[in-house]
Amino acid sequence: MPDQAVALPRATGRVKSLVTLALVVALFVFAFGQTKFNLGALFTGASDFFRFFGRMAPDLTALPQIWPPLLQTIQIAYVATIIGAIIAIPLVFLASANTAFDPVSMWIARTLLTVLRSIPDLLWAALFVAVLGLGALPGVVALTLFSVGVLAKLGSETVESIDPGPLEALKAVGAGRNRTILFAVVPQIAATMVSYMLYVFEINVRASVVIGFVGAGGIGVLLQTYMNFFDYPGLGTLILVIFIVVLAIDGLSVWARSRLI
Amino acid sequence: MGQPAAGQAAGGQAAARQASARHIAFENVEVVYKTGLKALKGVTIDIPRGQFVVVVGLSGAGKSTLIRTVNNLVVPSSGRVVVNDVDVTHARGSALRAARSDIGMIFQTFNLVKRSSVIRNVLSGRLGDLPAWRGVLSAFPKADQAYSHDCLARVGIPEKAYVRADALSGGQQQRVGIARALAQRPSVMLADEPVASLDPPTSHAVMSDLKRIAREDGITTMVNLHFIDMARDYADRIIGMRDGVVVFDGTPTEATDAAFEEIYGRPIDDKDLRGA
Repeated sequence: MPDQAVALPRATGRVKSLVTLALVVALFVFAFGQTKFNLGALFTGASDFFRFFGRMAPDLTALPQIWPPLLQTIQIAYVATIIGAIIAIPLVFLASANTAFDPVSMWIARTLLTVLRSIPDLLWAALFVAVLGLGALPGVVALTLFSVGVLAKLGSETVESIDPGPLEALKAVGAGRNRTILFAVVPQIAATMVSYMLYVFEINVRASVVIGFVGAGGIGVLLQTYMNFFDYPGLGTLILVIFIVVLAIDGLSVWARSRLI
Repeated sequence: MGQPAAGQAAGGQAAARQASARHIAFENVEVVYKTGLKALKGVTIDIPRGQFVVVVGLSGAGKSTLIRTVNNLVVPSSGRVVVNDVDVTHARGSALRAARSDIGMIFQTFNLVKRSSVIRNVLSGRLGDLPAWRGVLSAFPKADQAYSHDCLARVGIPEKAYVRADALSGGQQQRVGIARALAQRPSVMLADEPVASLDPPTSHAVMSDLKRIAREDGITTMVNLHFIDMARDYADRIIGMRDGVVVFDGTPTEATDAAFEEIYGRPIDDKDLRGA
């Protein structure tokens, strides 16, 4: 390589990336200060942390108490995923540019989906506990809304990326809109949609643990009870069980999805 | 679209068949795309019933646009296309769907639903004539199912009915495309560069099938082709397009090398021939 520097073409966009980097750093420093994040506290708290953990040695006699709410958690997730998918299907086609009726209904469907997704599932749960009372029902409703938002969004992205050839072919055949969707679109998206449903089911299982904290049924209710009564062995058992179940469902779902596509 | 509408359309067709030999009429058709591109600049052509027409021209000459105005996949900016005495250009809703169900179309990239079975692809050609509920439930009448299998047999691949479409070779997929169009029982067939994705022997086999079926059923056919030798081999009539205008209209014997050089606006070479 020659010593002499060769005049290289000037890299464009360098100033822009420097400004972006500076902004990211500045925001981080500001937010870091605001949260009073302190590494020291993490270390001084470490001994408490381990003492706490020591007390959480699992107590297997708590298991019989754990199974019923655990089952309910999985049922909440399952029912919410299925109902969510049923509601999402028509919205998928309304919200996709290549299958929508007209721009107005497409805009309405898209806005609805954005609103559904912008509200966290825990907030939905708290809201429906207030309206419907404690129990699994508000949990199902909350997770259903969440599932609709996610499934319809992912679904419409899938629909918009399909091969447009069969759509044109069925238009040329003179088939109506619904028949065109059924014959040209559904076969192209079916496997992907089932895969997304499994994915949303995974998320729902995890979410339905948390929403118990606001009284929306499932294992979270027991989790909170154990915490309130300082039942650390029970808590330890519960966390272990949840960990294993979530891991197993994730594994199953990943396996099933790999078989689909 | 309900059954009565389809019945009326069929009755209308029969009457039209007797009334007029002029099957497809382009009346001063102009197409201007949103980009401002003038794809067709006033095309007027009459095509009599049963004629096998090959449209030639360079890519961008307006061939695809021209045949897509026949089933209104491209809507003319002015002028109109009349098929079977029906003004397709201004038909809407169920009238347009009825007109389209009488016009089969095959495509360069076949446009099959790859994940569906071959027979389901062929059956989808029946959707235009079927009551909506039957289409939605996939409840095809026995006669339609039998007819779809017949169509597959006519293109020589009856044994492929239950194979997934993407498991077939390109030539076989294009045959499924032809079978789907045939399942419509069309009086008009449109083919947009049907052999451009195929190798030379397969191209000839597919074109022979198309020509034979058009003859047997008396289907008026418009095929877009680039290849000079194929146009001469199969056409009853050759229409040459250049820059959105018809610059040649004659028989294969009239379509000399000089005529093609005029259509293409350059000397012709081996790339313009498909070969045997």
